[in-house]
Amino acid sequence: MADSADTRSDVVGGEEEQTIGVEEERLMVASQWSLMWLHFKRHKLAVAGAIVVGLMYFMAIFHGFIAPYERATRSEFIFMRPQPLVFNDGENFSLRPYVMGMDAAMDRATFTRTYTVNEDIRYPVKFLTRGDEYNFLGLFKTDVHLFGVDRPGTIFLLGTDELGRDLLSRSIYGGSISLSIGLVGVVFSFVLGALLGGVSGYYGGVTDTIIQRLIEFLISLPTIPLWMALSAAVPAGWSAIQVYFAITIILSLHGWCGLARIVRGKMLETSHEDFVMAAKLSGSSDWRIITRHLLPSFMSYLIVHMTLAIPGMILGETALSFLGLGLRPPVVSWGVLLQQATNIRTVATYPWIMYPGLFVILTVLAFNFMGDGLRDAADPYKV
Amino acid sequence: MKAYIARRFLYMILLLVMASMVSFIVITLPPGDYLTSYIMRLKAQGQDVGLDEELALRRQYGLDQPYYIQYFKWASQMLRGNMGRSFEFNRPVWDVIQPRLGMTILVAGVSLIFTYVMAIPIGIYSAVRQYSIGDYVFTVIGFAGVSIPNFLLALVVMVFAYRTFGTSIGGLFSIEYVDAPWSLAKIQDLIKHLPVPIIVIGLSGTAWLIRTMRATLLDELHKPYVQTARAKGLKEGKLLAKYPIRVALNPIASTVGWALPGLFSGQTIISIVLDLPTIGPILLRSLMTEDMFLAASTLFISTALTLVGTLISDMLLVWLDPRIQYT
Repeated sequence: MADSADTRSDVVGGEEEQTIGVEEERLMVASQWSLMWLHFKRHKLAVAGAIVVGLMYFMAIFHGFIAPYERATRSEFIFMRPQPLVFNDGENFSLRPYVMGMDAAMDRATFTRTYTVNEDIRYPVKFLTRGDEYNFLGLFKTDVHLFGVDRPGTIFLLGTDELGRDLLSRSIYGGSISLSIGLVGVVFSFVLGALLGGVSGYYGGVTDTIIQRLIEFLISLPTIPLWMALSAAVPAGWSAIQVYFAITIILSLHGWCGLARIVRGKMLETSHEDFVMAAKLSGSSDWRIITRHLLPSFMSYLIVHMTLAIPGMILGETALSFLGLGLRPPVVSWGVLLQQATNIRTVATYPWIMYPGLFVILTVLAFNFMGDGLRDAADPYKV
Repeated sequence: MKAYIARRFLYMILLLVMASMVSFIVITLPPGDYLTSYIMRLKAQGQDVGLDEELALRRQYGLDQPYYIQYFKWASQMLRGNMGRSFEFNRPVWDVIQPRLGMTILVAGVSLIFTYVMAIPIGIYSAVRQYSIGDYVFTVIGFAGVSIPNFLLALVVMVFAYRTFGTSIGGLFSIEYVDAPWSLAKIQDLIKHLPVPIIVIGLSGTAWLIRTMRATLLDELHKPYVQTARAKGLKEGKLLAKYPIRVALNPIASTVGWALPGLFSGQTIISIVLDLPTIGPILLRSLMTEDMFLAASTLFISTALTLVGTLISDMLLVWLDPRIQYT
């Protein structure tokens, strides 16, 4: 990285000489992170992905406020299809949309409920309206929601499930679980990976061989069968929190391997650099050299790798919960919501119960685009 | 090279032993076992199960001994081809797994071939026609392929078929062929059923491989030797096939080993959703009912298949790329 000062200036495009002067100076003194940001900004799809990911996490954090209903609120509308949101009633366009009332009827032939739109009843959508009580960020109780309609009107934009619960609200609540599993899992993998990879790369020898063989073994195992077996081992009596952490740990058992390999590789690469020697001569301990000098020097790679690992965790949780081996109701996650879709006949009749899957697809897609851009930006000194 | 193969082989046996241990440990983790729930069920039905009988049952299945002894018994029996007895099916484990093993290997193998047959030409096209409409289309498909959970895709296909044809399309055979002996008609029936599961299982692998193939070939395309060949007047198609594609294919070949765990993983969950006659559904069911020996054996066989597949792909690589020094 000795020639980094020369390569930094190459980041600038072909501007005129005069303007480059200032620009260049700014880039010369720019930190590694701001250079990464400059690189990342150029990747339009990645920026779009990052925005979507940001919105998803925003939604997950403020789930109680954004969702129009509480996750367990039932209604008499069972398996009702999504109510359309109408902006234009045929005559004039209004920025305040409304939903139409629904009439329920029992189909005598099939004994299923059918719902018809009643065009005469209109419930305008109200913002910052009162609804179900929830706990705002665990701080205080409130009943103000981002949007909703006055009772007896209902606003089920993604339809309802077998107990008449709003699927949109449940998907938003589920997002807070599914998205956090990705983050927590990555933190677990990071700790394990950085620790074992660091030890492996720094000490080498027998320790290195053992850890490397262990990693080789772990990554050659098919994940889903192993995850299935491990999650089946989670005792039925455990509380929701215990199950949550158990599943997260199971998912990260595999995730740390890739990270440990990167850490080890980088460690081998950098441990002979002059600055490490200098630190050693000044009497720094091994621990200090690893945590203060080595780890920060390749942190950007680790962060990129972690970002790329999150979607895998989300998909893993979804798959396990879908099979009935992961999180269990009453906990709501995207996978738990998709459990309803295991019965083909139900899905065929009420296709909207697959909508929580769209949240999964959108999130993972956004993460992948973002990760693609981050990977390119991770090494800003590379031209 | 012989030494390398021999060592690789020994290493694999070690891995298999480790896999069998992991399988067994994982399965014995949950508190209670099949007998506990079995006896509870008997009691619920009003049958009187005394402590003596319970102990007798435990002894009969060897469940009264410590876990490590149970493991050694199970493992040593397995070497003799006896994987224990399934509690739920009340049959030897091997009899439950064996009819599904062939299908498991077949589906995995065909999916793997599908992945490479689809991905390599598309990857080449995407690299050669970089930033063309086709490239963008495949890029989008590629990203969608890795982002859509494969079981969700399987569900969508199922629902679509159910709504169009009014019947469930699960399984690999029509009803009349499920128990029929092998015949030409049954094979034709199988071929008709295979494409949907194969595409669903192979999609994410294909998507990933297209990106890899495209990236490696793009690296090669801008190297001076390509320019030289072009300057000497070599036709574009011949040039591609003769030099850069060959170079780019080598790293692709070495990914077979990495692709296998993902493939078996995907196959397990897809098999459960599409109800394919592979060992996936058996694994889920045995885990749910705590059918210990069946679950451990199924888990072991899925990992063993992956390990053996990886070994085969490594061997192929030795044969394919003589440049690499295997010492």
